[in-house]
Amino acid sequence: MTFLLRRGLFYLITLWAAITANFLLPRLLPGDPVQAMITKLGGRLNSDAMASLYILFGLDEKKSLWEQYVDYWGTLLRGDLGLSFTFFPTPVADVLSQSLPWTLGLVGVTTVIAFLLGTLLGVYAGWKRGSWLDTLIPVTTFLSSIPYFWLGLIAISVFSVTFPLLPASGGYAAGLVPEFSWEFISSVLEHAVLPGITIVVSSVASWILGMRNMMVTVTAEDYVLVARAKGLSQKRIMFAYAARNAVLPSISGFALSLGFIVGGALLVEMVFSYPGLGYVLFQGIGAKDYPLMQGVFLVITLAVLVANLLADVGYLLLDPRTRREG
Amino acid sequence: MEEVAPAFETALEAKGLVKTYKRVRAVQDVSLVLRRGRVTALVGESGSGKSTVAKLLARLVEPTEGEILLDGRKVRRVREYRRKVQMVFQDPFASLNPVHTIRYHLTRPLKIHKRPETPEELMERVQLPADFLSRYPYELSGGQRQRVAIARALAAHPEVLLADEPVSMLDVSIRLGVLNLLLDLKERLKLAVLYITHDIASARYFADETFVMYGGQIVEGGDSESVTQQPAHPYTQLLIESAPDPERSVVALDAPVEEVAAVSAGCQFAARCPKVQSRCWTDAPPRSDVGAGHWAACWLYVEAAA
Amino acid sequence: MNFKTRLGLGILGFFTLIAVVGEWIAPYDPSAMGDDLLSPPSGAHWFGTTMTGQDIFSQVLVGTRGVMVVGLVCGVLATFLSILVGVTAGFLGGAADEALSMLSNVFLVIPALPLIIIVASMLPSADTVLIAAVISLTAWAWGARVLRAQTMSLRRRDFVEAARASGERTWRIIVFEVLPNLTAVIASGFVGTVIFAVMLQITLSFVGVVSLSTWNWGTILFWAQSNQALGQGAWWWFVPAGLCIALLGTALALINFGIDEYANPRLRKVRA
Ligand SMILES: Nc1ncnc2c1ncn2[C@@H]1O[C@H](COP(=O)(O)OP(=O)(O)OP(=O)(O)O)[C@@H](O)[C@H]1O
Ligand code: SF4
Ligand SMILES: [Mg+2]
Repeated sequence: MTFLLRRGLFYLITLWAAITANFLLPRLLPGDPVQAMITKLGGRLNSDAMASLYILFGLDEKKSLWEQYVDYWGTLLRGDLGLSFTFFPTPVADVLSQSLPWTLGLVGVTTVIAFLLGTLLGVYAGWKRGSWLDTLIPVTTFLSSIPYFWLGLIAISVFSVTFPLLPASGGYAAGLVPEFSWEFISSVLEHAVLPGITIVVSSVASWILGMRNMMVTVTAEDYVLVARAKGLSQKRIMFAYAARNAVLPSISGFALSLGFIVGGALLVEMVFSYPGLGYVLFQGIGAKDYPLMQGVFLVITLAVLVANLLADVGYLLLDPRTRREG
Repeated sequence: MEEVAPAFETALEAKGLVKTYKRVRAVQDVSLVLRRGRVTALVGESGSGKSTVAKLLARLVEPTEGEILLDGRKVRRVREYRRKVQMVFQDPFASLNPVHTIRYHLTRPLKIHKRPETPEELMERVQLPADFLSRYPYELSGGQRQRVAIARALAAHPEVLLADEPVSMLDVSIRLGVLNLLLDLKERLKLAVLYITHDIASARYFADETFVMYGGQIVEGGDSESVTQQPAHPYTQLLIESAPDPERSVVALDAPVEEVAAVSAGCQFAARCPKVQSRCWTDAPPRSDVGAGHWAACWLYVEAAA
Repeated sequence: MNFKTRLGLGILGFFTLIAVVGEWIAPYDPSAMGDDLLSPPSGAHWFGTTMTGQDIFSQVLVGTRGVMVVGLVCGVLATFLSILVGVTAGFLGGAADEALSMLSNVFLVIPALPLIIIVASMLPSADTVLIAAVISLTAWAWGARVLRAQTMSLRRRDFVEAARASGERTWRIIVFEVLPNLTAVIASGFVGTVIFAVMLQITLSFVGVVSLSTWNWGTILFWAQSNQALGQGAWWWFVPAGLCIALLGTALALINFGIDEYANPRLRKVRA
């Protein structure tokens, strides 16, 4: 229990750090793009929206930094992330709440698949080390060295352009209305195949390699040797003894590299114009839409922290003796 | 001036040292005196707290309680203290840094303590050829490494040498050579030597004075001859019975860990003592003289003295 | 040294050479427009041309330098930071360790890509060196974590105690006794950081937050993407740069395996 409490505290501190960075960045870096944007939009902004943008981006020079910080938190806690310039005049919070489910669905499912698949393959490769499977290592290394987005480009070029089998962009076919119907759902699944496979293929390799090396280390440990000497079946030793111990570092690694994986997945969304946070971020970059970009950053950070907490629970379930350092 | 100091003068004195690690009492109430030109042995089984005493005396760990006097005074500055008190570690395979040459190991303390000697002279003192200086530790045998470790300790020109089981990791055949080297150095440099060992037989041969440690406490002390020939404490007697063959230890190999909360009011050894009496369980035994300068902390000798 | 490591070093050496001489051996000015518009690979244009007739082979050659420079600068900066934080935390222990470990974990957990995108797009001029500095700030944490663990296991070794007993000062023990024993870990952290930095830089160029005035493999991909190279079937526009990235990444990863196997005898034995 103290383990979860410690982790929870750590996540709160991380969240605080992310929010504070978000607060400080526009105030530290030179240039006033938001001011420029507001000027450009002229009278089209209503006074409420204007006020929250002033607070979020520190345009009110008269206030002290501390007062600005307090106002900033107040605004955030009300769920007000300002107005998006790209999707003017939609509030950033609304844009995000529309795109978040897409990202959670795509990235969540594919990350879990990649982790499970990679771990299983890694267990096997580590168990059968020295066999022909080892020749796959350079191949997996090559795959993991390919940037996510480039693999996405190749996938589109092959499966959508050369052989038009699958759709290359969007989350569902144009003309459909989001609803709970078979037509809509099948279209969603169809659109998720290419980006999903892209994410799985490029992230699975690192799990295989990490798990294989852990297995190699663990199978040389005493308790595995003892289990072998006791004549337990190979499969039993492989999963009950070796893999169970080897997977624990993998789970901690999973939690810590999640931020990185999510970054890659956002890129895949950009390439496939998938209606999730990544694509929204991409559109924000072009328009220098800072309220939108910062909102995306906050939401993703929050999602990653929650996923980390879930990984911690998984860790606890596998290893009840756990007393890991924060 | 150091060289002409009279022999047997007190060099280092420890008073009431206590060291507690979280819940484990590694050392409780240890007092001892190291004298110049004398070897003092500290004997005890694994886990009795010998290394902890050595590290306390080397000021590598801070005592929980108690004080250490060097030449009769407390030394504030650690570097000044280290110039006079040096240590040789148990495992010569671990105490030399694998990435540095022997020369580096010897040059550093000479520089730190601004000594005029050269590494070559130090090598000569420990009877190693000077061309070993350019070698790395892995190119040396265990005995040679331990000699390097001794040379490094001597570089500071110390008054006190703390040797924590200096030969226990070495082949039996070369142990005597290293011990004789230490004896020789003690004579020539008038060193006060603390010799830590679990081999009580070697204490007789090597040390002038012997202390026996059990469960973090010193339970018997006196000149080596009488402690090893007429052991008074039942624990010492057990140690000596098992001495000829250290493998066939009569007592269990590891002393029980002394939990702070579980420290018994009585004698630490009561649970394993063949001569245990009823008061041993409730009252800690006081020190009793059992001969000229020979004492034991055991109830068996309280009536005898009274 | 085994075959894999040598292969990795060979590829890395090749790209390093290109980074140095690429500008001189490039057959065309990478930005100069030509008459062959969007033509597939040919004798005149080995990697084909862009929509405006630029020579893609020249772009790849010239762009190598930017990639390698960012990798090197980030590798050095981030490795320095990770040593500073990781070794200090591991050696000092206690409250200093708690605080520094917390710091590295915060940096690890926060998703770096969106943060860097924001920072890069706020910078008035996002040129190569500035981007390298920003990337370094997010790239040190993993190395620091690994170094901390290794340092903690070294700290209690007798040779560290022995150095202390002979009167060495703490900073000297850290720098001259502990650090040299971490060379393999530091080297593999350095290589890992270079991979991370190269990928990130290319990504940033691809999404268009980095200055497009200097060429690197990412900017080639940016132009390919923004001109719908895919839809027009101009595979040659994005394949060469992507392959170069993957090849460089593989080379660095292979070198890292070599270092790991050298440092971890158990993995080495398996290879034998
Ligand atoms: N750093 C430490 N942290 C916690 N406990 C310790 C530490 N150092 C020593 N101890 C404990 O203190 C007790 C005495 O240890 P010490 O190393 O002094 O024994 P020793 O007599 O030197 O044994 P050996 O003959 O095996 O070297 C042991 O129970 C040990 O577990
Ligand atoms: S005091 Fe009692 S228990 Fe302790 S050693 Fe003496 S006789 Fe044995
Ligand atoms: Mg010891």
